[in-house]
Amino acid sequence: MAKSGEPAAPPASTAEPAAWLGNYVTQVVAVASAEVQKLRHDPWELMTRAIQPVLWLMLFGEVMARVRGVSPGGLPYLDFLAAGILAQSVLFVAIFYGISAIWERDLGVLQRYLVSPAPRSALVLGKALSAGVRGLSQAFVVYILAALLGVGISLSLLHILGVVLIIIMGSALFSTLSLIIACLVKTRERFMGIGQVLTMPIFFASNAIYPLSLMPGWLRAISRVNPLTYEVDALRALMLAHGVSEYGLSLDFPVLASAMAVLTAIGARMYRRMGF
Amino acid sequence: MAGSASDTETSELAVQTLELTRRFDGLTAVDAVSLTVKRGEIFGLIGPNGAGKSTLIKMLTTLLPPSAGSARVAGYDIVRQPAEVRRHIGYVPQLLSADGSLTGYENMLLSARLYGVPRHERAGRIERALARMGLSEAAGHLVGHYSGGMIRRLEIAQSLLHRPLVLFLDEPTVGLDPSARDTVWERVLDLRNRFNRTMIVTSHHMDEINAFCDRIALIHRGRIAAVGTPAELKARIGPDATLDDVFIQLVGDKSETETGGSYGEVRRARRAAREHG
Repeated sequence: MAKSGEPAAPPASTAEPAAWLGNYVTQVVAVASAEVQKLRHDPWELMTRAIQPVLWLMLFGEVMARVRGVSPGGLPYLDFLAAGILAQSVLFVAIFYGISAIWERDLGVLQRYLVSPAPRSALVLGKALSAGVRGLSQAFVVYILAALLGVGISLSLLHILGVVLIIIMGSALFSTLSLIIACLVKTRERFMGIGQVLTMPIFFASNAIYPLSLMPGWLRAISRVNPLTYEVDALRALMLAHGVSEYGLSLDFPVLASAMAVLTAIGARMYRRMGF
Repeated sequence: MAGSASDTETSELAVQTLELTRRFDGLTAVDAVSLTVKRGEIFGLIGPNGAGKSTLIKMLTTLLPPSAGSARVAGYDIVRQPAEVRRHIGYVPQLLSADGSLTGYENMLLSARLYGVPRHERAGRIERALARMGLSEAAGHLVGHYSGGMIRRLEIAQSLLHRPLVLFLDEPTVGLDPSARDTVWERVLDLRNRFNRTMIVTSHHMDEINAFCDRIALIHRGRIAAVGTPAELKARIGPDATLDDVFIQLVGDKSETETGGSYGEVRRARRAAREHG
């Protein structure tokens, strides 16, 4: 068909599982690395987002640490809080991620993604992975600050790798939830309202800033089905030198992975409809 | 040319639709459209705002599922083989699709990866495509700093990286000045002449449609009002008729064309014009 030496046909579809998987990973990484490149061109977003955990740890944490009797699980309150604030920072970055999808839809950039042969789940996972990169930048800030405030941080390489994995999973989970909400509400104004309404219940109905034992029964029941509780639980065990997991990492990881898989499947189906 | 084709003809067809229909909450945006586009053709879709052109293109590019009817693009069914259709088409939407927060090269790289261009071919293909569109020097700059014409050329380069058989261009020159419009059409013609790509173009510029399209379909209220070469359509009206005359004659009351289009479509068109201008 081509009149010059340039072949006309695009690459053949990859029917073999290994080739399909390779292509799938490339597409996920393509979307994620594009987001990372944007951050590299304009790192201001990361810098401004770093302010919130600083305020929580230095103001709220320092004051609450002086309240007598607040020593959850035998840990100094600031140690207890550090893991919770890390999870909170990741949540706050991820939960507003859907607004960028609405922005991309309004601009037209979304159509570039949707008209490509990349599976929708690869596009959603790529976006989720890039939220993880933003979450990791928050972790860097919280680690430095926690160390300066005298929090006993675990420097075990295995524990640090565990924290990285949990942050990526937590970011992916909540950013995908955010994407699903964006697909439903479709406008930035509605999304901002719902985002605000969602963030606080997820945060306060978790073990991020106080232990579950202080909660009334009904709130404790809600917190047990809140993925943030398991994220905080795992972070507390891995980030702190004397941290202990209440539920066990063998439960925390599967809960986060399952929630992420379910949300990715739902997100992939709904993301397609963003282009309508 | 409307209607289905025989098996022999089918192999020469880039696009074939049969009674293709799309309804939105009681409104029929595209109403039983049957048409064929031959390989290597530049096929124009014209019509007033809200006539159904963009909806038709969204269905053919698999962005929107049809309510009824069927269509094959590059030989693949748009409903049963959407991934294969997407692999074989390029699409330049009316809205801005290049990401202003990335450089031209990064936008190209993103497209190359999404379309599965082999790793060892990526750099070469990107460099050649950028050179062909006259964007080599600007490749490292953020697209947010490009002019409207440069963005359109980049979007065309992006849509061609995987060497699609059919290229859809939805209002490719909206918001561009005459010089930038000429450059875009120059590149489009070059692609057709050198690589025999099939192009499906929508435009409100009748002079462009007249000059560059091999055949055109006029869509009105979701239906095909006329199909033919520009000369054939003009001849139906009179010896000195222009495409504008054809448009007004077949669409009817001129005031309808002036007020047509939904609020959303007008808003999107104006935004696209602003962003490219």
